[in-house]
Amino acid sequence: MINDYIFILKAVCHTLTQTSSHQVLICRNYKGDVDMSEIDHFFTLLMQQEEEGLLCPVMSHGNVHFLWIKHSNLYLVATTNKNSNASLVYSFLYKLVEVFTEYFKELEEESIQDNFVVVYELLDELMDFGFPQTTDSKILQEYITQQGNKLEVAKTKVPTTVTNAVSWRSEGIRYKKNEVFIDVIESINVLVNANGSVMSSDIVGSIKLKTMLSGMPELRLGLNDRMLFALTGDKGKTTVTMEDVKFHQCVRLSRFESDRTISFIPPDGESELMSYRINTHVKPLIWIESVIEKFSHSRVEIMVKAKGQFKKQSVANNVEIRVPVPSDADSPKFKTSTGHAKYVPEKNLVVWSIKSFPGGKELLMRAHFCLPSVENHETEGRPPITVKFEIPYFTVSGIQVRYMKIIEKSGYQALPWVRYITQSGDYQLRTNT
Amino acid sequence: MTDSKYFTTTKKGEIFELKAELNSDKKEKKKEAVKKVIASMTVGKDVSALFPDVVNCMQTDNLELKKLVYLYLMNYAKSQPDMAIMAVNTFVKDCEDLNPLIRALAVRTMGCIRVDKITEYLCEPLRKCLKDEDPYVRKTAAVCVAKLHDINAQLVEDQGFLDTLKDLISDSNPMVVANAVAALSEIAESHPNSNLLDLNPQTINKLLTALNECTEWGQIFILDCLASYLPRDDRESQSICERVTPRLSHANSAVVLSAVKVLMKFMEMLPKDLDYYGTLLKKLAPPLVTLLSAEPELQYVALRNINLIVQKRPEILKHEMKVFFVKYNDPIYVKLEKLDIMIRLASQANIAQVLAELKEYATEVDVDFVRKAVRAIGRCAIKVEQSAERCVSTLLDLIQTKVNYVVQEAIVVIKDIFRKYPNKYESVIATLCENLDSLDEPEARAAMIWIVGEYAERIDNADELLESFLEGFHDESTQVQLQLLTAIVKLFLKKPTETQELVQQVLSLATQDSDNPDLRDRGYIYWRLLSTDPVAAKEVVLAEKPLISEETDLIEPTLLEELICHIGTLASVYHKPPSAFVEGSRGVQHKRLPPRAGSGESTESPDVGQSGPSEAPPAVIPSQGDLLGDLLNLDLAPPTATVPSVQPSMQMGAMDLLGGGLDSLLGGDIGGSPSMGAGLGAAPAAMPASLGSAPAVGGGLGDLFDLGGGVGMPTGSYVAPKTVWLLAMKAKGLEISGTFARRGGIIQMDLSLTNKAMSVMTDFAIQFNRNSFGLAPAGPLQVLTPLSPNQTIDVSLPLSTSGPVMKMEPLNNLQVAVKNNIDVFYFSCQYPLSLLFVEDGKMDRQVFLATWKDIPNDNEAQFQIKDIHLNSDVASNKLQGSNIFTIAKRTVEGQDMLYQSVKLTNGIWVLAEMRIQTGNPNYTLSIKCRAPEVCPFVYQCYELVLKN
Repeated sequence: MINDYIFILKAVCHTLTQTSSHQVLICRNYKGDVDMSEIDHFFTLLMQQEEEGLLCPVMSHGNVHFLWIKHSNLYLVATTNKNSNASLVYSFLYKLVEVFTEYFKELEEESIQDNFVVVYELLDELMDFGFPQTTDSKILQEYITQQGNKLEVAKTKVPTTVTNAVSWRSEGIRYKKNEVFIDVIESINVLVNANGSVMSSDIVGSIKLKTMLSGMPELRLGLNDRMLFALTGDKGKTTVTMEDVKFHQCVRLSRFESDRTISFIPPDGESELMSYRINTHVKPLIWIESVIEKFSHSRVEIMVKAKGQFKKQSVANNVEIRVPVPSDADSPKFKTSTGHAKYVPEKNLVVWSIKSFPGGKELLMRAHFCLPSVENHETEGRPPITVKFEIPYFTVSGIQVRYMKIIEKSGYQALPWVRYITQSGDYQLRTNT
Repeated sequence: MTDSKYFTTTKKGEIFELKAELNSDKKEKKKEAVKKVIASMTVGKDVSALFPDVVNCMQTDNLELKKLVYLYLMNYAKSQPDMAIMAVNTFVKDCEDLNPLIRALAVRTMGCIRVDKITEYLCEPLRKCLKDEDPYVRKTAAVCVAKLHDINAQLVEDQGFLDTLKDLISDSNPMVVANAVAALSEIAESHPNSNLLDLNPQTINKLLTALNECTEWGQIFILDCLASYLPRDDRESQSICERVTPRLSHANSAVVLSAVKVLMKFMEMLPKDLDYYGTLLKKLAPPLVTLLSAEPELQYVALRNINLIVQKRPEILKHEMKVFFVKYNDPIYVKLEKLDIMIRLASQANIAQVLAELKEYATEVDVDFVRKAVRAIGRCAIKVEQSAERCVSTLLDLIQTKVNYVVQEAIVVIKDIFRKYPNKYESVIATLCENLDSLDEPEARAAMIWIVGEYAERIDNADELLESFLEGFHDESTQVQLQLLTAIVKLFLKKPTETQELVQQVLSLATQDSDNPDLRDRGYIYWRLLSTDPVAAKEVVLAEKPLISEETDLIEPTLLEELICHIGTLASVYHKPPSAFVEGSRGVQHKRLPPRAGSGESTESPDVGQSGPSEAPPAVIPSQGDLLGDLLNLDLAPPTATVPSVQPSMQMGAMDLLGGGLDSLLGGDIGGSPSMGAGLGAAPAAMPASLGSAPAVGGGLGDLFDLGGGVGMPTGSYVAPKTVWLLAMKAKGLEISGTFARRGGIIQMDLSLTNKAMSVMTDFAIQFNRNSFGLAPAGPLQVLTPLSPNQTIDVSLPLSTSGPVMKMEPLNNLQVAVKNNIDVFYFSCQYPLSLLFVEDGKMDRQVFLATWKDIPNDNEAQFQIKDIHLNSDVASNKLQGSNIFTIAKRTVEGQDMLYQSVKLTNGIWVLAEMRIQTGNPNYTLSIKCRAPEVCPFVYQCYELVLKN
């Protein structure tokens, strides 16, 4: 589970010479095992792999292993020479990005240089001798503050939260009006083959909270029976089964395991309480039929038919249908029954946007492009058609929040608010050409 | 104003200016100066000259300034050890500060200053902090013990910090427990045999309780630690599993994978008929699938691990094929891994879907991905017989695309399909021949040439085709040259009249113009065969080839077991044991899965067996670089080895061989100390003749001698019951079970061969791969009569220890090849080390004392032998039966101390001290040996002997 170093690097592109190099922005040595200069090998390996087009998130040189992730133009690299827990390292690197982003809004070269003292402080607090420690940025902000602490004993006590069993919520939070906002969001992932058969489809659901409650409230979330049966895997009584449920740190997992009660002390502010995955054959909510005809050296004709396969009362908002076109196409012409189409040449896409798309309707778009007479020799991939949409007040799984009990020892009344929304996730339809 | 301004001062005389500012009276100015120093340090400038000035700023009540100074210290203390002492006082003072943040900060930084001189000053403050009232300080101090241990292990042990750390496992605060566990695990890693973690049901219970309350990272430390525990029985195993399963619902992928590791390991101990076993299997699939929606790097780690899990327990994910379908925007490393898993999960039930997908992928643009997809189609054909025809036609479609690399890959896999289904798809040869000219990769050329040679009689212009290759013979790669030579000889044997000239040409090219010994030798062999006995040549060259097995690239079972124990770590990502890439881990004991529940039962789970042969995990074909590879090359393979890629390159094994593993095993009497050398030289003279000489080296004669003399020996040596080594379903109906025994100084391998196939088996032969102690058959396998269906035959094979030596992992692993008229089969088994304990292993008292002192303490390993209800004399008699000799006995305060010695066939001496307390069923065993790798195995023998 041990890493030696955490590096944050940036790629420097010399536009004139077309070569790129890298520069260490900041690094922290947690153990004495690996020499700092080893990072040079990382650059070499990275460039080598980039050239070959075979990037791999783990690279090694001698007995030093580099585990890295990329965030915009920064590389976060952890090194180790032991048999470290790789999944822990990657989780930690992503956590690092999360914490820095919460501290500096944006994690980029400038924000690191502008705040290098805090970055050092954070690196010191987040990990000790290669073991990740407190990584909850809300808690960290209580004792690692931007302005630098003057030593007033009262202020710089370790928040008890750091080592508490409830490490995600501080004591003494006060709100005038006590409210909880519950968002139930379901994303639909669909993969459809070129011949129109659904290869895979699933729903990834998520219940998000925005908690504005005073004190240390005890919450209990009640879901509708249909969903609870799904959670228990009782296939007899329902058509949906939840494949997998994941909870926030705060939910008492053993309690859920024994009597299916979701009880917890919530973190303050925004958080994801739970997520679930349902593997079911939902009818793709927006069905696309496409005919893309390519006449070499002359033109491409595209016809796309979109059908809303959901209840008539519901409406899909902000629908975007993205259709790939050859990179050498030009002179676009469009015709749409509803919405408007736009050519995005830098992405080789036609984006057909529809503000609101009622259920049961069928819409049509035609596009026409010219092709140059000299053929492009580079073979191109066949990107799929992708679709984006949002359908409010509706969940595919039928999940419903029945109640949210809020108990706090001061006995205040609190209001829970619930919203439902279904949206597209990874929604891909493969094409023929 | 932001911090970036500190980076801008780059004038000359900067250091001088900074020095002045650091010594300024104004606090603000000081702080600014330290910030500038740190900024320079960050961009890589050497500011070590400012050491004394910066340290002067340490005594401050400004927390931010203090942190900066500490940061500076961590970076430069090593280069200025003498000056670093100056900081000690402040550290000691800070460790007693009123503010726990400062106490923790001091203890955390102290540990990071890797200067030997300082460490001893740190002990007192650390001791206080370990008992601090604030959990934040305690958790930081726990980690500091691990830091200190890394710098000076002896100091930590002498100061008793390890015990304090162990006490922290019972701390009331979960975060402290988690860090203590992490620190202990880290320390234990460098002390493989120390009983440091000392896990028992009570500590396990504490850990499981803390598991529910600590942070996500703490949960990972605890789960990883749990995974190294060995439950006493299946009940305990089940109850731990029950308490770990809720972690599968954690949002952090790393927690989930660590929980999966614990479950995969402990499941091994659960009986398969248990309801809970089935429940657990079902619970594992969903979280594994969910890992695929994590960030790509985490997906990659998950996929590499799923690859292992699918090989170990295919039933878990057998219905989840679809989730491994490749998405257009997956990174390439995710795509390639998904493809691998798709092939592993392919079965008759889902093959249609899989093929449709693979065909889709084969028309993508990413070359590596496309290649792998084409290969995957071929592998499906070989794996799922019913789909072979469809696969072949898909491949033909792909060849029609004329995309160069697609065609080449397709030809390579079609060659394998021919090997698997001979005389079935030859109609496609014509299409293949059309593409001859476009082949420019050696592997594809070699495959095509093989096809032409193999089916020469059906290809009218085979001679022209092969001749065309011959023109540039010397420019071809060895692979192609060898293949071309064989193919032309085959052609000649099939159509001798028209091709005489051609064969002469290739033979002279190979033998006279080539300087490649492989090629030359193969050329000569063919030449001589053809010139002396063409009939024999025909039999040899055109011999029927064994069918290739249905699945390749499976990980060798013992390695797989080890990797399962390392789920989530780098080892599981590389699919290599940690010893292959971590320095200094050679002596570390390899992790093993716990012994399987119900040892009599076959190694396959019953539901896999029932689902038909197509799904059963087939025998492993040794892949390139596998140790078994060189067995194949020896003489069991047909001479026209059509798999030229099997090179005797032994990756891991060979490294160990050179890395000194062998030295330590053999070193005893070659270059060892005089006391050890005396062992071998003096023993025959000192021992009574009736006991026989040790069959140490080339003991053929000695063995015979022993046979007569050994009858009078005490026959107490323990022989384990036979276990199944080779499953009938993996070996075309041949089942082999066996055990090892040492009878009167002779090592014997007792085998039961059972014929579960429909036809008679004959021509049995056996061979061992090189192994740690040079075990080798001392004679042929005596199966004289053919083995008819349903018949079992018991054979005892005498073994010698004069075979070639190579260090194996685990040490007592033995890889065996058994041949019969049907095929060659491979399996590996493990022998008890007591097999190698020779009869003259009693050491002289004086020599014992001297040797004990002479062997460094680092080589001592301690073990517990539990639940033995024997008194010391009975125990000592029992052990003597297995050639563990008691040299002396001492009784001190109700404790019997037995001093014992053992000698191995290769001359290694093992010394042991066994402590027996009256009334205590647990013995303590300390083992010392110059080759400490053998200690755990000697301990295993003690356990076996004493418990049986």
